[in-house]
Amino acid sequence: MKIGYYPGCSLESSSKEYSKSLLAVAEKCGIIPEEIKGWSCCGASAAHNLNHDLAIVLPARTLAIAEEQGFTEILVPCAACYRRLAAAQYEVTTNEETHKKVESYLELKFSGKIKILSVIEFLQKYISPVADQYIVNNLNQKIACYYGCLLARPKETSTLKRTEDPLEMESVLEKTGAKLINWAFKTECCGASLSVSSTAIVAKLSGKIIENAVASGAESIVVACPMCHMNLDMRRPEIKKQIKKDLDIPVLFITQVLGLSMGIPADKLGLNNHFVSTKKVISSIVKKEA
Amino acid sequence: MHKMTIQKYPDCLRLQVEQATKINITECYQCGKCTAGCPLNGDMDIMPNQILRMMQLELPNYENKILKSLSIWLCLNCDMCYSRCPQEIKLSEIMDFFRQKSLRENKVNPKAKDILKFNQSFLENIEKNGKMNEIGLTINYKLKTFNLIQDVRHAPSMFFKGKLRLFPHKVQNIKEIKRLFRKTISNEGGSK
Repeated sequence: MKIGYYPGCSLESSSKEYSKSLLAVAEKCGIIPEEIKGWSCCGASAAHNLNHDLAIVLPARTLAIAEEQGFTEILVPCAACYRRLAAAQYEVTTNEETHKKVESYLELKFSGKIKILSVIEFLQKYISPVADQYIVNNLNQKIACYYGCLLARPKETSTLKRTEDPLEMESVLEKTGAKLINWAFKTECCGASLSVSSTAIVAKLSGKIIENAVASGAESIVVACPMCHMNLDMRRPEIKKQIKKDLDIPVLFITQVLGLSMGIPADKLGLNNHFVSTKKVISSIVKKEA
Repeated sequence: MHKMTIQKYPDCLRLQVEQATKINITECYQCGKCTAGCPLNGDMDIMPNQILRMMQLELPNYENKILKSLSIWLCLNCDMCYSRCPQEIKLSEIMDFFRQKSLRENKVNPKAKDILKFNQSFLENIEKNGKMNEIGLTINYKLKTFNLIQDVRHAPSMFFKGKLRLFPHKVQNIKEIKRLFRKTISNEGGSK
């Protein structure tokens, strides 16, 4: 079994800890994803905002070279990249005309039918079934699972069963012992790509998410997207100014939480790379009774 | 009194959108769920449901207003509107069409300049390296917008947390990426 790995640009820099913790958890369970050689940027929001064809061709290029390298499935942990790759795949596999156009841009032939795994699908398929034997800690934490928009919508690319109130992240984290709370902002948008160009808007949207998580009793927020993480974690000073409240609820990647429950040391999960301290989560770990 | 006349013409915005996106605009019956669910309804100058209604009316004046609006640039493509639309009208795709047309026709709302410049800086960055590099992107964006001090306070801590990469990783086959940019741009009528 050979799983291709598409880290995407964010996981090589601003969200290194996401990649680090994902690979650490996978390795613990005996899975070593193999990086796709020569992958390029998915084009992100910029491409689909400004250039329709480029927004399909850039992610399609990665699908094509992954296929060429013999992968049958690829793991795409970044929710934004996942959305772009899955959208390109949808276009190419449902519209023969688009498929031909993309092949002519790329100057190669490809089916576009490679299986793209979001982080949630990957964890459900490969980690959850074997997690029991590796989980050694209980997390004494109340956690709000935050999906954001890109994993939940649109229906053409989302793999979640319930659009407005999904439960897939909760089912992945069930065995960690954490208390997974009910809350209202699971799939609201954090402001995503406006982070730099309209910071005030992002502070407002992300502020609402943090406020609702805290009001619903959460002690930490768990995400599966580097943009959600950056907006909720790094943008905390702007958020505090916006909501006029000093909320220090930490924001963790789902893979970091799984890693902690599997006894992987905090530094190997990049938990010290965050802006809002994650100490409270780390100290909530209780050794599981044998 | 101003008399409203409905002018039907072959090149109306509604038809252009329908041709490009295969979405049937006339199916919208103004339930307003798109606007109710939109996270940015409080910041937009024209509401999402109004944009659809304005297209249905086929008046050049309204069409110009849409292309010059701030709303089309604020749209985050979060697809909340689409997921709640009883008629399954994919507004996010329509917004992409508007942004590209607005740029081509030089109608970008002045308040959206920073958003546009960020997206342009982003694409230039990918064209150069094949991957996004935060430092290169930020410098380019700052030079374009003169927002020189914005976010400077985040830079040192990002660096020490290992979240900034000083030297960009370049895709090996960067010539191919550049070729894809050139080819798509010439096909898209020069929008970039």
